Amino acid sequence: MTPTPPSKNVLINDQVAENITRTEELAYELRVNEVMTSSPKILSPEMIMRDVVEMFRKARISGAPVVQDENLVGIISMEDLIHCLCQSDLDAQASKYMTRNVLTVKGTDPVVEALKIFVSSKVGRLPVIDDQGRLIGILTKGDITRGLLKALQRDIQVEEIRKYRASHLFEDIESDRTSLILRYNIKPRDFTHGGAASSNIKRALLRLGASPQIARRCGIAVYEAEMNLIIHTLRGGVIRVEIEPNRISIEAYDDGPGIPDVELAMKPGYSTASEEIRELGFGAGMGLANIARCVDNMVIESVVDKGTRLKMRINLDKEESVGEGYSSRLDGGIS
Amino acid sequence: MKVSELIRVINGKLINDGADLEREVKGGCGADLMSDVLASIQPEAVLLTGLCNPQVVRTAQMADVAAIVFVRGKNPPRETIELATQERIALITSPFGMFELCGRLYQAGLPSLERSVSDGPSDLE
Repeated sequence: MTPTPPSKNVLINDQVAENITRTEELAYELRVNEVMTSSPKILSPEMIMRDVVEMFRKARISGAPVVQDENLVGIISMEDLIHCLCQSDLDAQASKYMTRNVLTVKGTDPVVEALKIFVSSKVGRLPVIDDQGRLIGILTKGDITRGLLKALQRDIQVEEIRKYRASHLFEDIESDRTSLILRYNIKPRDFTHGGAASSNIKRALLRLGASPQIARRCGIAVYEAEMNLIIHTLRGGVIRVEIEPNRISIEAYDDGPGIPDVELAMKPGYSTASEEIRELGFGAGMGLANIARCVDNMVIESVVDKGTRLKMRINLDKEESVGEGYSSRLDGGIS
Repeated sequence: MKVSELIRVINGKLINDGADLEREVKGGCGADLMSDVLASIQPEAVLLTGLCNPQVVRTAQMADVAAIVFVRGKNPPRETIELATQERIALITSPFGMFELCGRLYQAGLPSLERSVSDGPSDLE
């Protein structure tokens, strides 16, 4: 939970930035006044320690700020209370046992500032003040944890809203046939980014409201097609996905080298891939068979030295999904 | 079995951040051929593999894999770790070999989520 703030002289490059988690980002984005407890229990300097104990017990708190004329003058924590109890001095005033030099944090500070103080000082709570030094709240580590969790929850909701909007994309558009077309250019031999297009397509389908089963079938089919373009083509190729309310049509095409015997290429286990490709976990001759298993309809047209065009279709109105061994949710289709 | 529990069963070490360790693992699948994985694995399985390149993560993402375990103490390269962090898939390394890992997890109650690939469309056989 503790962020690792960059030291002042180090520039954050992309490399470092990639390793920053969302929680760490939030520690910088969230302000103290967004996570603190507002209008906390406060004590006056004249309050008798016996009453302080009673108040802590009733409110189930273990510390509170001491305020005089709206100004923060001290804080009483468990440690101060124990000190008082050891002296059997419960009739004394709060001002006698309170800690006077109080560490504070401003409401407009980012949460990370408070975290730094918690880490370096071992205090359990920090009074929060405004620009005029008036007490506006109190902050514990628990408040920060709760605030971060709530913010993470909001992140999830943002994705939900995005999903909702996308899933209603077609609703307000009137045409005889509406579709959304996604295109991806695939580079040959680019194994590092291999699968990035499939990943984006799968995510897009989920946002559009496709069921997880449909997104999975589509993802696997496109991924195999994408890897084929990367492994086998001379100059790469294109993946084009057309999404309609009742079907997804995918095409993967390239301009060479072409497949001499399509029927043979479709046979599970048949492969022309090199040893190098096999070491990457591909080229086992399962790709086209896998695609056939995931889609409702598949056509390959190939001409040697001209290129290959692989067409795949997934229908969204079917009750049973082909080849996956379980049925897709009917209501999960793109609406 | 939760991912966190699985890590204990296999004396594993979590490699990346960002993954949900409370995620439920429903079974297992062990393979080094990614096309085999794509053909046979059922959703929410743990994938045991000796392959360390980023394609393992892409495969896992496409096939809804719950966690990836590298066998025989293997450690994946940086690109693989970065991709897994981005996609929030747990990467775990275990000192045991593939055989022992399958045995341990099966004994701990995880069923096989590897389906036979021979039940595909008959005209392709």
